[in-house]
Amino acid sequence: MIPLSWYLILAAALMSIGLFGVITRKNLVGALIGIELMLNAVNINLVAFWRYFHNARPEMDGLVFVALIFVVAAGETAIGLALIISAYRSRKTVDVNELNLLKG
Amino acid sequence: MSAILSPEGLLWLIPFVPFAAFGLIAIFTFRSRKLSHSLALGAAGISFIASMVVIWNALLIPDLAKNPITSQVKWLPVGDSWLMFGVMADPLTVVTLFFVAVTILMIFIYSVGYHNFGAPACNEDRPGLPPKGVIVTHNGHTQRVPSVEPMYARFFAFISLFGFAMFMLVVTDNLLGLYIGWEIMGLCSYLLIGFWYGKESARKAAIKAFITTRIGDVFMLLGLAALYSLTGTLNYQQILGNPQTLNILATTISPVAGLSWAGLIGLLLFAGTIGKSAQFPLHVWLPDAMEGPTPVSAMIHAATMVSAGVYLVARFFPLISAGWQPGLPLTTPMLAMAAIGAFTALFAASIAMTQNDVKRVLAYSTISQLGYMIAALGVGAYSAAVFHLFTHAFFKALLFLGSGSVIHGMEHGAMHTGEEIDTQDMRQMGGLRKKMPFTFWTFVAGGLALSGFPLITAGFWSKDAILAGAFSESTLVFIVLAAAALLTAFYTARQISLVFLGAARSKSAAHAVESRPAMTVPLVILALFAIAAGWIGIPKTFPLLGRLSADGFSSFIGSMLPYEVVEKLSSVPLITSLFVALGGLLLGWIAYRNIKKATQKDPLEISLGSVYRFVQHKYFVDELYEIVFIRPSIWFAEVFVAKWMDQVVLDGILNGIGKIGIGIGNVLRSGFDLPVVNGAADGIAGGTRKMGSFLRKLETGKVQQYMTGALMGLVVLFIILYSIFK
Repeated sequence: MIPLSWYLILAAALMSIGLFGVITRKNLVGALIGIELMLNAVNINLVAFWRYFHNARPEMDGLVFVALIFVVAAGETAIGLALIISAYRSRKTVDVNELNLLKG
Repeated sequence: MSAILSPEGLLWLIPFVPFAAFGLIAIFTFRSRKLSHSLALGAAGISFIASMVVIWNALLIPDLAKNPITSQVKWLPVGDSWLMFGVMADPLTVVTLFFVAVTILMIFIYSVGYHNFGAPACNEDRPGLPPKGVIVTHNGHTQRVPSVEPMYARFFAFISLFGFAMFMLVVTDNLLGLYIGWEIMGLCSYLLIGFWYGKESARKAAIKAFITTRIGDVFMLLGLAALYSLTGTLNYQQILGNPQTLNILATTISPVAGLSWAGLIGLLLFAGTIGKSAQFPLHVWLPDAMEGPTPVSAMIHAATMVSAGVYLVARFFPLISAGWQPGLPLTTPMLAMAAIGAFTALFAASIAMTQNDVKRVLAYSTISQLGYMIAALGVGAYSAAVFHLFTHAFFKALLFLGSGSVIHGMEHGAMHTGEEIDTQDMRQMGGLRKKMPFTFWTFVAGGLALSGFPLITAGFWSKDAILAGAFSESTLVFIVLAAAALLTAFYTARQISLVFLGAARSKSAAHAVESRPAMTVPLVILALFAIAAGWIGIPKTFPLLGRLSADGFSSFIGSMLPYEVVEKLSSVPLITSLFVALGGLLLGWIAYRNIKKATQKDPLEISLGSVYRFVQHKYFVDELYEIVFIRPSIWFAEVFVAKWMDQVVLDGILNGIGKIGIGIGNVLRSGFDLPVVNGAADGIAGGTRKMGSFLRKLETGKVQQYMTGALMGLVVLFIILYSIFK
């Protein structure tokens, strides 16, 4: 069986790549994709821990969280894309640096 | 539904229908003249019918005084018990209700004609002034005709409210209900006397009436409070129908002047009557009240409201006369009533002889006749007083309405000819007999009833009953009342002669026309009552006619009293009554049948000279009050209260306090408010602003920078937590 640490490393890598994408991408769509990567990194963690520990600790039920996160992620993507389109329609850009209405 | 249509239910209904009419007119229909008067007339009609049904039912009850029709509801909680409010119909209520319902309905109908309903409106007419008339072209010639009253609906709203109050006063079964009706009528009287408020004289008369009657009302309220605190109830039956209560009240001594409680309360209630029924010395308001429209004079100031005062003392007669029986000395309130009533009867009748205003003569006549009733009650002639109250309402309402019709005719003449005269001045009239036949004949019927023309008129029977009652109790009162009756007949003949007989003394009188059917029909109906209303009370002891009479009235009303009234047969009052009525009429006719010119001196003035002028100025009572009460009050208000008390003392104290306040305020402002409070507030505000302008640089609006910051913060936090919890 593949050791647990492999999964954790994979998840950490995915998380980092996602975070990097969110922070650095100028395109909002790219940032959204980064967020999806981060969510799935979490999912991998949850599934891996569940797989390795549910025999010893049956009350650990990571699959439920994963299912919840899928649902939330789907909704979040839909709303995010809608917001992006709407922002594009009004501002004619999806560049994060140009959407700076909150500037003090 | 059957509960409402039972006699008790109808008794409740009687006052509240006019009240509903008042509310509806005042809130909804005041823009429509027709709807408004239909509502008022309809309400008066319903009340009339309900009254008649109640009266019919009441007359069928064998011993009505002991078993009146009553109905009560709980009204106000008073401590542990309830103040009950109810209605009652006993013999006195039945009699009063009858004439009130009839006269109110007649006067409502008459008002439609009096205010020229259906006539064109005039643009120059202003609310608060009598209509001036409007020029119309009819059949080729242009003339000025009366225009409709601008505040037509308002008038009907007011008289409906008045009708409510009067009915309430009559049907209620307790003194408080009576007082409520009494005061609402006072208000209506004020509103209606001042109906043409554009005239200064009307405004003054309204205020005078209100304040003068208020003097009596205060005493009445004291009497009411005393009665309630002593007996714990204001219900008529519980007080007046209970011999034990009356006996205790009559024998306990009150703290005032050694009077018994019954005597004191009787006097206080009688003071209310003095104000309301315009007895001396509070009679001054009633003649001035003639400033109101004539239907108001007829209804409020002749037939109903002023009768309320007599009704009150008649209602409380068992209390006022507690301890008295025929043959015993009179109680203190009875003595006061006999003295004031008899004096007022003669006093007012003498003034009435000298007045030239057609309505003022009637006003003084009303005062005089009310004095008659009060004097009759004072000498214990209870049923005679109520009988006169009953007949007087009809013929005095008739006379007032007749005078209104005369004034209308004269106004028409004045508009037609363009003459500038006082249309109420009897010296300008004359010869209206041919011009206004209905008004003439009905006025004669009323006048003869007023003067007590023998046998055929109502006034004869009631006045004869009073004279007979006075004769058996006090010769002095009898002589005074007989003299007043003589004067009454005299001024009645004077009035009829001046107004209707002879030839016209002005162009207006020559061009006067008969009033419309809306005015003459009530006159005819009231004239029938003025003649026939007396026949129900022909005494059994009267020669010849007495055999035919059942004399239902005095036994019906007499059942209200605890003792039997024995009628003494005496021909003196009867002969006196015949003599004064016929003699007075004859003298008046002889003296005034030959007045040819409006400027001619009054025959009495020629023979009496300065005495006449003294009487014509109403014995200078108004002037005396002006000097004794009004000027000192105004002086007190102006000089003492306003100039000294208010402007010097109170203003001084207030200004002093104000200055001290300003001083303290200034010190606090410069010493505490500006440096400490303002400094702190300014410092906090400035610091916040500086911090804000520094922090706003961090807000770049770039989401990714925020996120990087958050990430770095997380890392730092992680390092710190890790190094602590390692």
